[in-house]
Parts: sequence; structure tokens; C-alpha cells
Amino acid sequence: MIEKQVTMRIWRGNAEGGAFTEYVVPLAEGMVVLDVMFAIQATQAQDLALRWNCKAGKCGSCSAEINGNPRLMCMTRMDTFEPGETITVTPMKTFPLIKDLVTDVSFNYEVAKTMPAFKPKAPDADGKRRMYQEDIDRVQEFHKCIECFLCQNVCHVIRDHEENKRNFAGPRFFVRLAALEMHPLDVNDRRELIRKKAGLGFCNITKCCTEVCPEDIHITDNAIIPLKERVVSDHYDPVLKLWRTITRRKTERPEA
Amino acid sequence: MSEDEEMYEHHAYDVIVIGAGGAGLRAAIESSARGARTALICKSLLGKAHTVMAEGGVAAALGNVWPEDNWQVHFRDTMRGGKMLNNWRMAQIHAQEAPDRVLELEEWGALFDRTKDGLILQRDFAGHRYARLAHVGDRTGLEMIRTLQNNAVHKGIDVFMECTVQRLLKDGERICGALAYWRETGRFVLFKSKAVVLATGGVGKCWKITSNSWEYTGDGHTLALEAGADLIDMECVQFHPTGMVWPPSVRGILVTEGVRGDGGILTNTENRRFMFDYITEYFKAETADNEAEADAWYTDHRNNRRPPELLPRDEVARSINSEVKAGRGTEHGGVYLDIASRKPADYIKKRLPSMYHQFKELAGVDITKEPMEVGPTCHYIMGGVRVEADTAATAVPGLFAAGEVAGGMHGSNRLGGNSLSDLLVFGRRAGLAAADYANAFEGTLTIDTQAVEETARWILEPFERSEGENPYAIHADLQECMQNLVGIIRTEDELKEALVEIEVLRERAGRTSVIGNRQYNPGWHLAMDLDSMLTVSEAVTRAAIERKESRGGHTREDYPSTDPALGRVNIVVRRADGGITITQDPLPQMPDDLRKLFEESS
Repeated sequence: MIEKQVTMRIWRGNAEGGAFTEYVVPLAEGMVVLDVMFAIQATQAQDLALRWNCKAGKCGSCSAEINGNPRLMCMTRMDTFEPGETITVTPMKTFPLIKDLVTDVSFNYEVAKTMPAFKPKAPDADGKRRMYQEDIDRVQEFHKCIECFLCQNVCHVIRDHEENKRNFAGPRFFVRLAALEMHPLDVNDRRELIRKKAGLGFCNITKCCTEVCPEDIHITDNAIIPLKERVVSDHYDPVLKLWRTITRRKTERPEA
Repeated sequence: MSEDEEMYEHHAYDVIVIGAGGAGLRAAIESSARGARTALICKSLLGKAHTVMAEGGVAAALGNVWPEDNWQVHFRDTMRGGKMLNNWRMAQIHAQEAPDRVLELEEWGALFDRTKDGLILQRDFAGHRYARLAHVGDRTGLEMIRTLQNNAVHKGIDVFMECTVQRLLKDGERICGALAYWRETGRFVLFKSKAVVLATGGVGKCWKITSNSWEYTGDGHTLALEAGADLIDMECVQFHPTGMVWPPSVRGILVTEGVRGDGGILTNTENRRFMFDYITEYFKAETADNEAEADAWYTDHRNNRRPPELLPRDEVARSINSEVKAGRGTEHGGVYLDIASRKPADYIKKRLPSMYHQFKELAGVDITKEPMEVGPTCHYIMGGVRVEADTAATAVPGLFAAGEVAGGMHGSNRLGGNSLSDLLVFGRRAGLAAADYANAFEGTLTIDTQAVEETARWILEPFERSEGENPYAIHADLQECMQNLVGIIRTEDELKEALVEIEVLRERAGRTSVIGNRQYNPGWHLAMDLDSMLTVSEAVTRAAIERKESRGGHTREDYPSTDPALGRVNIVVRRADGGITITQDPLPQMPDDLRKLFEESS
């Protein structure tokens, strides 16, 4: 029996330049793209740079573009490709290349620093904090984010316009802001930030981010659109604004 | 620029924390809050540490589901789960402080699943008398690490991501810093620091079948040993009973104990719930001996005993191993873990979403319709750096350790859920003590440049050799050796054979050569990590030879029972004369008021 094998076409290089290199790798049952990468490292290219940790879709380290599709390498099974198909793996395009499949994702960590902290309201009279499951289901969906940054990678606001990175936080952080805004205990007010510095207005809801999310977070429908509604209605409703200034309370939460 | 400045990037801090999982993050937050200038150094990107993979929950006697739960019960469960080898004081502090640490996470924005009256919901886990694990579905670790990460971001902590520490530096007896390299550039980083907190996690990458990531190479254990600290209980390695077994590429990936906590059962190919056949004397009084009682326990803990599927991990892993050996395992060498026939699909998807996803995507198995195939996987090391219970201080002034890298807390076997709480409780205490130590320190620290240069030279050696050994091949051989000879069931002959092999592998590791340059070069990084993996492998093997009994995670086929005399000692590993020495030290003595908790009927 002829052993099954696959040809991988992998981007090798760094900021100074690079090229595709082809590797032929034997296949075993159930392999994912990351397994093939390990095989290449072990036998053909010790210095092939990539990131990984959990190998089970939980840490969001091994993001790459596989045949042009932004995916986690650990969750992409080899048997989803046509037999004999050459598989092309490239680094995420939106972030500056470090080496091979490793990119400089520090942009995301810089944006994270600008997210105002969670600020809880006072506990109940008995010192406990009560929240009901139906009130946190939506926010728990946002907390599923594994920070693979694939949504940031496909968002055309920054993918094609490097200069926008200064004024645009990106889908991952809209999810984070939505999680903070909809948290039943949080009392911080981030509306100005969302509207101005985070640049929510740049998003024209093409849903590319939602499509690539390996955690199936409905980024556009559940995070971005409700944030847009909230910011816009706050901004243009002087009565509501006055009322809020007086009572210093946040908006009523939209129904989950 | 002088030659030194070209070669080394310099930084000075009061406290450096090595490792950015739950323990490291919590330590850094505390250290920074005490006013110490704090740096956090991690091998991966921030937020990707092993904590992110923890699934089932964090154990804390909040008493939200069972009001009769309290720290004494948690303490007792922990000690019995560890077969009384635990450092009693650590187990006590842990049980007492875990609830505050969990509530503190809520204060920082974490959203645990809720009870009907709006409090933190708690789930059943093996070895815990009451439903005790605060959780978020089966992704509790993610919630925990992200909450800590988001909190730490605002604390003025400097984070060094993708930076590997290769050596701790001392001025006389005291810690004074560390030598590291940036993974991105390969450039050296020289940290001057009054105190160091080790929070580097475990050692699982020494084994072939493991739930652990590439980072788990025993760095902290080795750094501590080389710096002069003691390691204890290194023979106590936890093989989690339920890892995935099929297909081969996913072998070892964790299947949360929550599956059993939420009603899942283990069966063999004869369709028998075999755990009823493995109830040991030690747990007989508290374990159901028939299916009716076991099933009734899920809704009525007061009038029924717990199902044997929820015996501690060491017991269940050994049982699965025996079933497979007896020929009642699946064709892939596992047993069945079945929740499909026990719970409705909606319940399974709500409680175990990531297990559902993981099996569907990676194995093509729908766990709401079919059983899972599972088998033991190397998951955790109970052993680690010997620390003072209250301060997490090691024997080396200025060196602290918390989380998996520290030993003592879990004895010979850790209960599920006790790890996340351990990280929080002792991460905080280590950060606090390290900051206080640094703040009180007066005097100057001088870095031993000779030691730095020596290590730097050694780090670069693989580039100077050609036609040397492939680090990946050595790693694969080490994993094979530890899997086959220092696995779940051990014998003196095999352990001694392992020592011989480790020696051969060490020689080979001294001849590695790597291709490429210093920029983000995983082959080179692995060549470095091999050194710590070989050191901990030897420590585990030597300690395993010394403990001539079976206890918790350490099972000797040639000494199948517990030995009361050995139950009163830690096996201590020390560095001396270039080699490893083994001694037996008496366990700290538990005071009488706590001892009484074990005299009552279970």
C-alpha cells in the first residue's frame, strides 16, 4: 500500500522577504494542519516558526491562512481537503511578519491596554453579588473569545488600511467592549471611547469577522450592532443624555 | 555601544514573575499592588498559558449549592485525595482562602454560571464531597486567565512575552536576577531583580501521551533545583483518567472530569460500569456499590453515596489502565465515557460546549449521541519546589514558587478543581511575600557576569555544531522512554532502565545542532528545553525508585500497597556535586485540632 501523503506549500521568510517552500508529508488518520506542521519541524525544517499551545481550539495561538482562509491550524482537519490537493499555508496578513507563520500581534495587546477596566457596582446588602443566568448568557458568549485575532485579521478596515489601526480597535475589542457594557454589574461609562477612539463608526457590518470566528461568537449581530445602537441613540438623544447625567446611570440593557 | 550592551538587553525590577498562567498573573497583580516594580515573563503570548485549557472549574467551599460545605470539608477532601502526603498547612490555607479568591475574580468581572437565586453555581467533581466547583460551562480556565489578564493590564506591570528564562542568577546565597532570551530575536535579556517568583507550571512534555502544551518542559523545577532549592514528591505525577485516544493526532487531549461530574459513566466493551469493581478500601465507606444508589446521588447527596466514577483521578486512571490490560478496552486502547445515554442533548451542549465541539471537530463524534473513547493522559505533577506554606518562599532567599511548579499542596494526588484555586491562593501569597521581601531588602546585588557568560555560551553552542543530533528526535525518544518506563504503573527494573536511557539521551542532548539563525527558531528553543526536561525526568525517576510503595499518582507494581512509614515522609531531590541526591524528610506534623477531622466517620 502506498502511504498517503500531502504536499504543503508554506510561506518561509521574514520582514526582509521570503518565498513559498513545498514539503511532502505522510498523512495519518485524523491529522490536522498543525500535526503536519509538527511533522515538518521534526524531520525537514527544525526552524519553521509557528505558534501553538493547546492544540484543541482553546487558546487561539495557531491562527494562519490556510488556502487563503483564516483558520486555527489545530482545528483544521486534513481530511477536509481534496485528496492530492496542495495546501497553502501563509501567516495572517494584517499583522507585520516576524518569521514564517509568526506575526507581530502586539497591536492587539496595545489596544487591550486602552480598554477601561471593569468597575462593579456595590454588592447587595448581605455582601453578595447576584446575577441571573438569563442576564449573563449574552455576555458569556463574548467571554468565549480565545483571542486568536482572526477577526482582526480579516477586518478590511485594518487589513487593507494600515493607517486605520490608530483609530480603530477592531472586532475583538468591540466584543470586549460589548461584554463590559452588557455586564450586569459594571458601572463604567465607555460610550465616548467606543464612538471616538475605538472607531466603531468605521465598521460597516460586512460580517467578515463573524464568519471566521472559531468560537462562533456572533460578533456583528450580538456585539457590534447593539453597541452601534447604544452609542448612536445616546449621542443624539439629548433628553436621555440629560436624564443620565442627573441619575448617573447607564442605559437600560437591551433584551438578551 | 559596548559589546555587553550589544549582547544583552538590561532590565531591573523589584520582582520578576516567571510564567503568566493563573499563578503568575495573580502573583504579579499582588506584587504590583504592594508597590513593587514588577515584570511578568512568559514563553508564549499573554493569555495563552496552560490555565486557559483548564475546563471543569475552580474548587472553593462557597456553600452556594450545599450549605453544609465549608473549608474543613474541603481541607479533608483534599488531604484524603492526596493520600495524606500533602503539606497540611498549604491544604488548610488553600481551603480557607479559595472562596475569597473566587469572589475576587467576580469583583474583577468574571462571569461564572449561576444558581437559580443568582449566586455562583457549583458542580460536582471527583473526590469533593459536595458540589464545589465554580465554573463557566467547561471553559473555566479561559474565564480565569482573561479576567486576570484584563485586570493586570491596568496595574503597570511590564510584560515580557515570548521570552524564555534559562538561568536564575545569585549573589552569594541570594537571588539577584535571571538570564533570558527573546524567542523572536534570540537576543539575551538580563534581568536584575531582588526577588523572583516561579510560576512556570508543569512537566508533561516529558511524556508522549499528555494533555500539556509545548511550554510544559519543567523549566521552573529545573531553575529552582539549579539555584539550590529542594524539589519534593517528584514521583507523584497525575495521569488524568480521561484523555482522548482516537484519532492518533488527538491522543492525550483532555476530556474534562465535568463529564462524569455531570452524570457521565465509564463502561468497557462488555458494556459494564467497571468502576464498581475498583472501589478501594480507603474510599469504600463513601462510595456507592450499586448503580441505583450511584445514580440517585446526583440529586440526593445526603442519602446516597457517590458514584465510583467520581473516585479521585489516581484511582480511576489505574482502573481504566487495568480494564484495557485485561482486554476489555476499545480497539484504540481506551474505554467508553458515556453521557449521551444519560442526559438530554441540550443539557450536554449547555454544560459541556467545548467537549461537544472538540469531539465533533477532531474525532467526528457527536457526544450527545455516542460515547467518547478515553484513556489516561499525563496531566499534572503534584511534586515540585519545596516552599513555606504561608509565604511560598523556597530555601533560596528571594526565590518564591506558586502553582503547579510548587510541591506539597496536593500530596500524592490532586483533586480536580483544586489546581485553579491553588493558582489563585498561592499566586497571591507568593506575589505578596516576594514584594514584601523586595521592599524590605536593603543592600546591593551584583550579577555574576561569569555565570551569565557561561550560560550564554552554552545557549549558543547548538549553532556552532554541525551534523549533530536533532533535538526533535531526542525529545521523541525521551517521551517514549518516560511513557513506557515511568508511566502509570512502575517497577524498579523499568525505572532503572529509564535512568540509563535518560543518561544516554543527556549525552545526545549535549551534541545537538540546529539549523537556521537565532530568529524565532523552534528547533533551537527545543534544544534548550531538552535540558530541563531531562533534569525533571531524572528527578521523577529517581524519586520513583526511592518511594517503594504505591500512593496516589505513584503506583509501583512491585510494591502495590501503601507503606505507613513512607506516608510520613517527602522524597526530596537536591542538586549536589553536579548530580542529583535523594533523601527522605519527615512531613510537617498536622496539629491535633485538624487531625480530628479525619477521625470522624466519612
